[in-house]
Amino acid sequence: MDPSRKRAIRLVVALTAALLLASALVYTSFAAGRDEVTASQLLQKAKPGKSYILAGTVLAGSVHHQGTTLLFSVRDPKQKLAVPVRYTGIVPDPFAEGRGVLVTVSEHGSQWIGEQNSLTTKCPSKYQAASSSY
Amino acid sequence: MLQFLIVLAILAVVVIVVTGPLRSASRPSASVAEAAPGEETAEIADLEAAREAKYREIRDAELDHSTGKLSDADFEALERTLRAEAVEILHALDRARNE
Amino acid sequence: MALTGRALLILGLAVAVFGACASLYGVRTGRREWVECGRRSVYTLAGLMTLAFVILEAAFLRSDFSFNVVAGHSSTTTPTFYKMTAPWASQEGSLLLWVWLLSLWSSLVLFLTRGKVREIVPYATAILLGFGTFFLSLTVFYANPFATTSNPPAEGAGLDPLLLHPSMMIHPPMLYSGYTLLTIPFAFAVGALITGRLRSEWIAVVRRFALAAWLFLGIGILLGARWSYTELGWGGYWAWDPVENAALMPWLCITAFIHSIMIQEKRGMLKVWNASLVLGSATLAIIGTFLVRSGVLDSIHAFGASTLGVPFVTLIAVMVGGSIGLVVWRRPQLRSDSQLDSLLSREAVFLFQNVVLVAMVFVVFWVTFFPLISEAVTGTKVSVGPPAFRPFIVPLALVLVLLSGIGPIIAWRRVTAANLSRNFTIPVLVGLTTLAVLIVAGGGTSSRPLALIMFGLGAFVIATVVQEIWRGVSARRAMTRDPIPMALVQLIRRNRRRYGGYIVHAGLAVLLIGVAASSSFQHSSDVTLAPGQHAVVNGYTIRYVRPLASATSQKISFGAVLDVSKGGKHVTTLTTTRGFYPAQDPTLGIIGRFFNGSSDSNVGLRAGITKDIWTVINPDLGPLQGLITKGDRLFAADESQIMSRAAKVSTAQTQQSLNALFAERDTAISGLVARFKSHPWSVNFLLIVSPLVTWIWLGALIIAFGGLIALWPVPAFARRRAIARAGAARRGSPAVAARETA
Repeated sequence: MDPSRKRAIRLVVALTAALLLASALVYTSFAAGRDEVTASQLLQKAKPGKSYILAGTVLAGSVHHQGTTLLFSVRDPKQKLAVPVRYTGIVPDPFAEGRGVLVTVSEHGSQWIGEQNSLTTKCPSKYQAASSSY
Repeated sequence: MLQFLIVLAILAVVVIVVTGPLRSASRPSASVAEAAPGEETAEIADLEAAREAKYREIRDAELDHSTGKLSDADFEALERTLRAEAVEILHALDRARNE
Repeated sequence: MALTGRALLILGLAVAVFGACASLYGVRTGRREWVECGRRSVYTLAGLMTLAFVILEAAFLRSDFSFNVVAGHSSTTTPTFYKMTAPWASQEGSLLLWVWLLSLWSSLVLFLTRGKVREIVPYATAILLGFGTFFLSLTVFYANPFATTSNPPAEGAGLDPLLLHPSMMIHPPMLYSGYTLLTIPFAFAVGALITGRLRSEWIAVVRRFALAAWLFLGIGILLGARWSYTELGWGGYWAWDPVENAALMPWLCITAFIHSIMIQEKRGMLKVWNASLVLGSATLAIIGTFLVRSGVLDSIHAFGASTLGVPFVTLIAVMVGGSIGLVVWRRPQLRSDSQLDSLLSREAVFLFQNVVLVAMVFVVFWVTFFPLISEAVTGTKVSVGPPAFRPFIVPLALVLVLLSGIGPIIAWRRVTAANLSRNFTIPVLVGLTTLAVLIVAGGGTSSRPLALIMFGLGAFVIATVVQEIWRGVSARRAMTRDPIPMALVQLIRRNRRRYGGYIVHAGLAVLLIGVAASSSFQHSSDVTLAPGQHAVVNGYTIRYVRPLASATSQKISFGAVLDVSKGGKHVTTLTTTRGFYPAQDPTLGIIGRFFNGSSDSNVGLRAGITKDIWTVINPDLGPLQGLITKGDRLFAADESQIMSRAAKVSTAQTQQSLNALFAERDTAISGLVARFKSHPWSVNFLLIVSPLVTWIWLGALIIAFGGLIALWPVPAFARRRAIARAGAARRGSPAVAARETA
């Protein structure tokens, strides 16, 4: 087989492999992904039973411990509303009022239950004070 | 007030240092003479770098041979090729230097 | 001094702009004096930035709270070491650090290349000063480190307690050094592409800096991982967090480059790859710098949204567009000098490693930016968590380790049966034997085949390195009759790049073995225990012996002493605490704010060669809540009583009453805290037993050691000797001259 044909074959194989990888990635991302929403988006369009990743800041004055459950509200970055969450599991060290958080929630009855160990907190914002109250 | 003076002093130093070459090059002969050798030295520098790389290749080949990654036959063939290439570079370097 | 500092920044900006323009003007018109101005601008910039940084440090050290950054990130009670490292805890200070490091490395590279690559240096200077201009503009117009307030507070906010850890303060300078060092190869590559001077010389200059960038960036990443494991309360070292990924991507890219460049040197191949990898690494570094500051992606690191997004995106767009344009334009000069002879050759292995590493970068990039991609395409931000990475990264990592073993021992151009049998037999046997032993030891079946394969491959790689070193030492001893230790040292000294690289591969194998073991064979347990109770994790009995509690005005802490035993024999004693720092917010209650502020965990860790036993306590403060609320009410009532009388009595008397109240408050808090010891209740513990975690840190040290060896410059006297001998070579045999060149 002459060299240029060999190279052409190699190129085709390489591109096919790349395409396969890309497709696998795209498929996994859309299939396994969960919608990331703000408080307002959650209240607007949430379907019961489906889980969403709620992003926002912890509302000042909303943090309470009830035994092993943590209660807090996540406020919307733009609008004046917040979603109350009941969460059990690991609470990351930086968690505090006014910090940015992500927590996977789903609606059960009229309550938002946080999935266990799904709470992550942003490091304390050194670049901007996160607004923690209305 | 003190800060203003400090800043002024720093400014003066900066201007003097940075514009130094402009002042000393105001002799016209300097820049013209630079231009021609400039191109040549670039080629010489390239050849010298190529020569160093070729020497390194020869040494690597020797090490590969002594650690068993090149058979005797392969090594001899390779060394011949590399030596020939090195001689070519040395000749080109000679030519460039003598110009 | 703040005004001086700001003036220095503005002056630096002017110098950077002038220098960039002067360099370009000089090289386009052939007037060397302007190019020299550009060079001097770089040195001057370094001087100015050093002065500016010193001024900032001085402000921190003397706790000058008129500086906003000092007030925001330091306090009089911050220990001195952390006062010195606090500047880069702020956006403004970190930008200044970036420019300072950039100016230092730029000065270094200009110094080292004086008289060489004359055509390329002016363009490189302009690019480096361009970066300087960008970051200085940010500090001058957007984020001024020398901003002051006319009403300085009496006390600063202090450093976040999570950052009060040595690794955490060395980690940013390491990362920034890595990022800024990547701009050097970028600048020279752009210069080489613009001038079309794409032969050997620019590579020789650039390689060391690429290697240094690789080393620093790698150390920075590993320091972050170690901090995460030993300081944060989740027990892991890598979370596939966007900012972790942002540092990993340029590192993968530059790893590919430092290997692939060898092929260009030897065979003149992969030129387009190398140009693209160098340009890509720096672009990814800028993207990483941007990610940390922009708040564009939610991450445990992302420091909130800031106005810096638009300038960064513009710079990134320019870098991407410019890079692609340059490579496409110079395509003819980037054509390979030789062809790939066979897929079973060292050249092919290097090509494969390029592909694997770029595939990894692509995967990480895609999953990291997916929320933005999905938002652009579908309108909803879809987040994909860490599990999405594994099916892609693990197989790629396995292939990469395999290649790192094959690469050093496979023949150039085309592999032969003889080469295979001579070089592969022992390492392959070692690898397969290891795999077989592990399968048998695990009882024939394993739920973690991929981890076992990684162990086998790791053994294979380590065997190749040992074989290579052994053969090299033997070959040397055949010539010089040195004793083994001396032969080893001389061998490595005279072939630093090769053996430094081999040591890095061995370190990588050790590290990935540690990663595979600790992620696949970890046992963790989330339990609630009262004193005296115990839990069993992976054969270890962990008993809650007694509670700990302490209170100072800075910090309240609750903890536990745990006894770990196995088979009845005592293994270790672990101590874990959780600290609570008072919040400033008065609405949380006079007592309450001491229990509701930020908190951090102190992990109880017993690290060992084979296993780590890790624990953290998550105390539930619920049982104290009633008392806290009562206390809040009582103290608030007392305080308002004092304040309502304040108008009728002297200020001194009010102050006295308040001081007495605060003293009582402190006693009350101490009493509350002591209840944890006297009337302990059940608390939650996260217990993890993880095998071979220490191998990760050991592997990292080996990698750093190998990297340093590869980076270490050839001593000057050896170089002079080499040049003298090379002169002799022009009259004699080149092979002789080559042998002498060290």
